[in-house]
Amino acid sequence: MSLWASNRRVAGRPARAWVFAVAGAIAWGVAGGHTAFGQTDTPVPSITGNVSILWQSYAEHTLIGAQVPPSKTGYNAFANLLYNQGNFSAGVRYESYLNAVLGFPGRFKGSGIGYRFARYQDRDRGVDVTVGNFYDQFGSGLVLRAYEERNLGIDNALDGFRLVLTPLQGAEVKFLYGKQRFDFQDGLVNGPGVIRAVNGELDLNQLVAGWADRPLKLTLGGSFVSKFQPGSSFNVDSLVLGMPQNVGAWSYRLNVLRKGWIGQVEYAGKINDPSADNGFTYRNGEAALATLGYSQKGLGVLVTAKMVDNMSFRSDRDLRLFDLPVNYIPAVTQQHTYNLAATLYPYATVITGETSASAEVFYTLPKGSKLGGKYGTKLSASFAAANSLDTTRYASSDVNSVIYGYERTSWGPGSELFVRDFNFTASRKFTKEFKAKYAFFHFEFNTLTTPVTTDYKGIVDANIHVLETQWKVTPKQSLRTELQGLWVGEDKDHPGELQDKGHWATVVAEYTWSPHWFASVIDQYNFGNNDPAKRIHYLYGSAGYIQGPHRLSVGYGKRREGIFCVGGVCRAVPASNGFEVAFTSSF
Amino acid sequence: MKPLLQPLFLAALLAAGSANVLHAQSLPDVALKDIEGNTVQTSTLVQEEGPTVFCFWATWCSPCKRELNNYAELYEDWVDETGVRIVAVSIDDQRSVNRVAPYVNSVGWEYDILLDPNRDFARALGVQNVPHTFVVNAEGVVVWSHNNYADGDEHELHEELLKLAE
Repeated sequence: MSLWASNRRVAGRPARAWVFAVAGAIAWGVAGGHTAFGQTDTPVPSITGNVSILWQSYAEHTLIGAQVPPSKTGYNAFANLLYNQGNFSAGVRYESYLNAVLGFPGRFKGSGIGYRFARYQDRDRGVDVTVGNFYDQFGSGLVLRAYEERNLGIDNALDGFRLVLTPLQGAEVKFLYGKQRFDFQDGLVNGPGVIRAVNGELDLNQLVAGWADRPLKLTLGGSFVSKFQPGSSFNVDSLVLGMPQNVGAWSYRLNVLRKGWIGQVEYAGKINDPSADNGFTYRNGEAALATLGYSQKGLGVLVTAKMVDNMSFRSDRDLRLFDLPVNYIPAVTQQHTYNLAATLYPYATVITGETSASAEVFYTLPKGSKLGGKYGTKLSASFAAANSLDTTRYASSDVNSVIYGYERTSWGPGSELFVRDFNFTASRKFTKEFKAKYAFFHFEFNTLTTPVTTDYKGIVDANIHVLETQWKVTPKQSLRTELQGLWVGEDKDHPGELQDKGHWATVVAEYTWSPHWFASVIDQYNFGNNDPAKRIHYLYGSAGYIQGPHRLSVGYGKRREGIFCVGGVCRAVPASNGFEVAFTSSF
Repeated sequence: MKPLLQPLFLAALLAAGSANVLHAQSLPDVALKDIEGNTVQTSTLVQEEGPTVFCFWATWCSPCKRELNNYAELYEDWVDETGVRIVAVSIDDQRSVNRVAPYVNSVGWEYDILLDPNRDFARALGVQNVPHTFVVNAEGVVVWSHNNYADGDEHELHEELLKLAE
């Protein structure tokens, strides 16, 4: 391990020793592989990985606000290489931003290594060590989650050491130390804060003799996470306030499962952590979440409740939005997939404080029943709501207003509406060749607390109807279409005008020829914009070829300014106009 | 990376790539939870006889759900013909991971379901986007994979399964 120990980094830049280390490890693996012929107990080494290349060209289009960056094109690429041999694995990711495509953090520049690690796992003896970069999550992530969403440029990988010990079957302890990925300048650049964390998890069914086959499954967990960032005291009026350099956060949780039932509760707390997010106040943070679910064949129900109070937790207190989060607090609403429902008003948790709840039901009308039809009909409905916290602000004459800002009165909701999201879907296969799905969404969305638009400040009321059809033209060729419409309410401050950008329609047509070819067209039409000049069609066409794990696509057209979401995360993307070529492959 | 190191690094990779021992991609062994709360080593799901299919999906991914709903209609026949086992690996994160069991049960999938919220298994297999489907033979080696799903792709998968069942 002396090779790794030489990896002393300066100012957050990766040391070159990594390159030697990984190349050396691979070379060692190759040599080991050759000498291992005939020795059946030597594990076979393997290399796997993937490649992604994204190129965009930009042309000006003043009406949609599409601008041309000085480089005229954007280029993002990365390749992961993963080496595996028995208990040992190592990997690197080489990344290029020459220059980063629009919508990515513009500060990502150049080419280099953005991720590298080596790992040793001895499962029989319960030891697992990782050095370098790693992704991890404690419980539901309320106090720690390092993850990546490559398509959005989101990556807060930890860079340091992780040790996972399993002293007993069902008892796991994790220790980690590291800094977090913040930027990319010809290589990984970490943020200034140091993260130190420990997590324990007990799986009682594995741990307690005789519980292995019990239908009731119980898991207990607890975490402690501390960040260190140098800081100095600051003045507010006549007060001199000290900056906490070490901030601790903790969580406890319990998961219960029993024959179709799921129950989950988690509580998290954090000591005072003045930051840009909370206006440099000293209130402690607190979060609680509870989930209850039940399912059986044909039916699923899920109910959640959540309270988040001042839980922004970053390894750099001066940053906001996507930069250097230590924890993750998911939004209460669903991640929608239809264009208009997903990209205009996507909700994100107000991490400084919200109270929220959701309920969701899935039901399948059985095959052959009167209502279900020959193939059955799938139904789902969900409702999610989030409000402000129930708080009282300190009087401005009170010194506490500077130090703590507010006081929480209860665990319940406050009066300010953040979001309401009701939706319903029904999908049915009518014949062997034809399927259809209808979806309805109703949103009430506060654009002041979740600023997804600059055109309207207040609560947007939106109703969306979607009809999706799929027609199997031949056994291998299929045509899928979506007709979507979004209607907003009237702007009460400007009678006769519509809220935000007004009504929208989207048409999607996609033709696939399995297993290789696909072509699609999407037109987003802002037919209800208050300004007739902005009633624009955003037409975008793409076609591509798939060969097993390799995929090449070429697209051309206008991309609307809006919110681009993958998984549970969204990022604002500016309007653009031009070509796009994308290639992805895994091997 | 400095100019000198880059070729060195690539040379090491090329050397690695040219060694015969390195070509087969074997299924990584990762510990994940299933929807009943059991901890499962992925390697233990590989069947000693007959092919095993790992499908990466998420509740927010429409093509993934189309793929797995389409396979669901054919699954019984495929099991009879080829002895296949399908494992559906959800990459839903904390926002939606609790929706997996209610959704899966409501649509009645008969697959083994694994939860990979930290994407450890997906990362180990080089998955970038879902859906991504892998066919693994009885030796635990990935013999076929396909990214994306279009209606009709099940024919190609079916052919691969028949080849392995021979």
